[in-house]
Amino acid sequence: MIRFILSRLLQSLAALAILTVVVFVLARTTGDPLHMILPMSATAEDYANARQYLGLDRPYIEQYLSFVGRAVTGDFGTSLRARRPVMELIQERLPNSIRLAAFAMGVSLAFAFPLGILAAVWKGTGVDRTAQVIAVLGQSLPTFWVAIVLVEFVGGRWQWLPAGGIDGWSSYVLPGFTLGWFVVAGLMRLLRSGMLEVLDSEYVKLARVKGVVEYRVIWLHALRNALVPVVTFAGIYFSILVTTAIVVETVFAWPGLGRLAYDGISSRDFPVIQAVVLTTAAIVAVVNLGVDCLYALIDPRIRYAR
Amino acid sequence: MTPVGIDPVSAERAAGTLAIPERAAAAAAEPRRRRLPVLSLGIIGLFVLVAILAPMLSPANPLDQSLRNRFKPPVWMEGGSTAHLLGTDRLGRDILSRIIWGSRVSLAAGVVTVLLASAFGAAVGLVAGYYGGRTDAVLMRVTDATMSFPVILLALILAVTVGPSFTNVVVAIAVILWARYARVIRGQVLTLMGLDFIAQARIAGAGAWRIITRHLLPNTLNTLVVLVTLQVGYVIIVEASLSFLGAGIPPPTPAWGSMIAEGREFVTSAWWASGLPGLAILLVVLAFNVLGDWLRDTLDPKLRQL
Repeated sequence: MIRFILSRLLQSLAALAILTVVVFVLARTTGDPLHMILPMSATAEDYANARQYLGLDRPYIEQYLSFVGRAVTGDFGTSLRARRPVMELIQERLPNSIRLAAFAMGVSLAFAFPLGILAAVWKGTGVDRTAQVIAVLGQSLPTFWVAIVLVEFVGGRWQWLPAGGIDGWSSYVLPGFTLGWFVVAGLMRLLRSGMLEVLDSEYVKLARVKGVVEYRVIWLHALRNALVPVVTFAGIYFSILVTTAIVVETVFAWPGLGRLAYDGISSRDFPVIQAVVLTTAAIVAVVNLGVDCLYALIDPRIRYAR
Repeated sequence: MTPVGIDPVSAERAAGTLAIPERAAAAAAEPRRRRLPVLSLGIIGLFVLVAILAPMLSPANPLDQSLRNRFKPPVWMEGGSTAHLLGTDRLGRDILSRIIWGSRVSLAAGVVTVLLASAFGAAVGLVAGYYGGRTDAVLMRVTDATMSFPVILLALILAVTVGPSFTNVVVAIAVILWARYARVIRGQVLTLMGLDFIAQARIAGAGAWRIITRHLLPNTLNTLVVLVTLQVGYVIIVEASLSFLGAGIPPPTPAWGSMIAEGREFVTSAWWASGLPGLAILLVVLAFNVLGDWLRDTLDPKLRQL
């Protein structure tokens, strides 16, 4: 098991290393950052000085290494717009994003589990059909459209709930539901198909023949095995959640990482963009690592397959 | 004596003498074949036709502004007129015409992106699965790194650095999306590689190219078709989200996402300006998802997806 974790850890680090190269190249190929830093009146001499000061005259490989070196210690430079260290901005925003994501995950688990399991157990009934409709709608409605409608009607016209920024727990409701909506659909479908497959298997039949009570069959025998595909997809869910969060945070003016990314990009604030991209990727990598280890723990076959 | 290779039970079963009860059981266990989703096919066909015939079908120029005719409601509402069947937006542009032209952007983005991504992803998956070993390890690490990168973040970066355009949207989404195809196809190829017919093809002297194109690819086609159909809808939503955030198709070209964004502040007073393009997205994406589900149930019931 330790060998498996170590090799997975190395793989994650390799993936992150590839990403730092991509981010570095993207940031460098998009034009001279000095054009954005120096005033219009800057002379050629100012440019040369600034270039030397910022180390932009050194070979690319050296620049890359110092970029990575600083990134590892959490130094992403200063935001061009906010004129503050980028790390400070991230530390300010990240907790808000994590709280929102956790709330959304909670919402989707609370809905997806009962719906997915009941849809499988009562296959073909009204419950099943309702669940299917919710699932297909959840995957077909654009998140940002749902977000707008909620902001304008529930938050604007009717004023039932706050729909902008953070102001107490009630601010979490609208963005949290919007963000969780898409995940509910996918999670529910996975659970339903997983449950259906397991309920049809030999050992569930055996359990029934042995006279095991039905609720034990469902909750103990079937659900545990139906969870395996859910865990497999958990990593992908998480990166979809992160992607969706950018849109949701923008519409709901949520002071999180997604909003920071959007603002950074619209003001061409490169240090911020680099930091957000790398932070996000690192979080996704850590979550994926955790998911894989969990998966290997549940299903020992995975450990030996590699 | 029975001929070599055919056991008596299956011979009798083939003759129809033995298998009557078993056959009935098998028929019951086999999932009922779902009906062809005619409605979905109709909706997709209709939108494809509309997109192709846009210059002929569009009742007005989608770019023509008329400030005197701002926010005219659709024809069935009070104050609506037949001049603008679905009303006008904040600049007095005809919404029906804009939705018709917008269907070109959405469908083209969806189809082109998914085709590019699936071709590249399938190639990577086939090569990784066929060669295995170090090739597989390297390709799969790159795939993992790609998968952990949020699509919208990359598209936003590209939009800022290179400028928003149709090509950039397609590239940004395809550059991330291929990874999922690579993973799924590789998994299938690994299973196929263990089967006898690949070994036999090798013994018969077939080269790598021949085995990949003649034996492996045809056996993964069903999965590819299902994934492609299911992801067209997803890509249409991502493209709309990007246009909504201002990183997609630049104005004044009509795109559903940017129409929703422009009508956003007026949802409570003039719901049609962003409600109707939202409905168009919902219809198309819903149709592709339902069709994809049906294809999966028919062609590849074991495939799991989000």
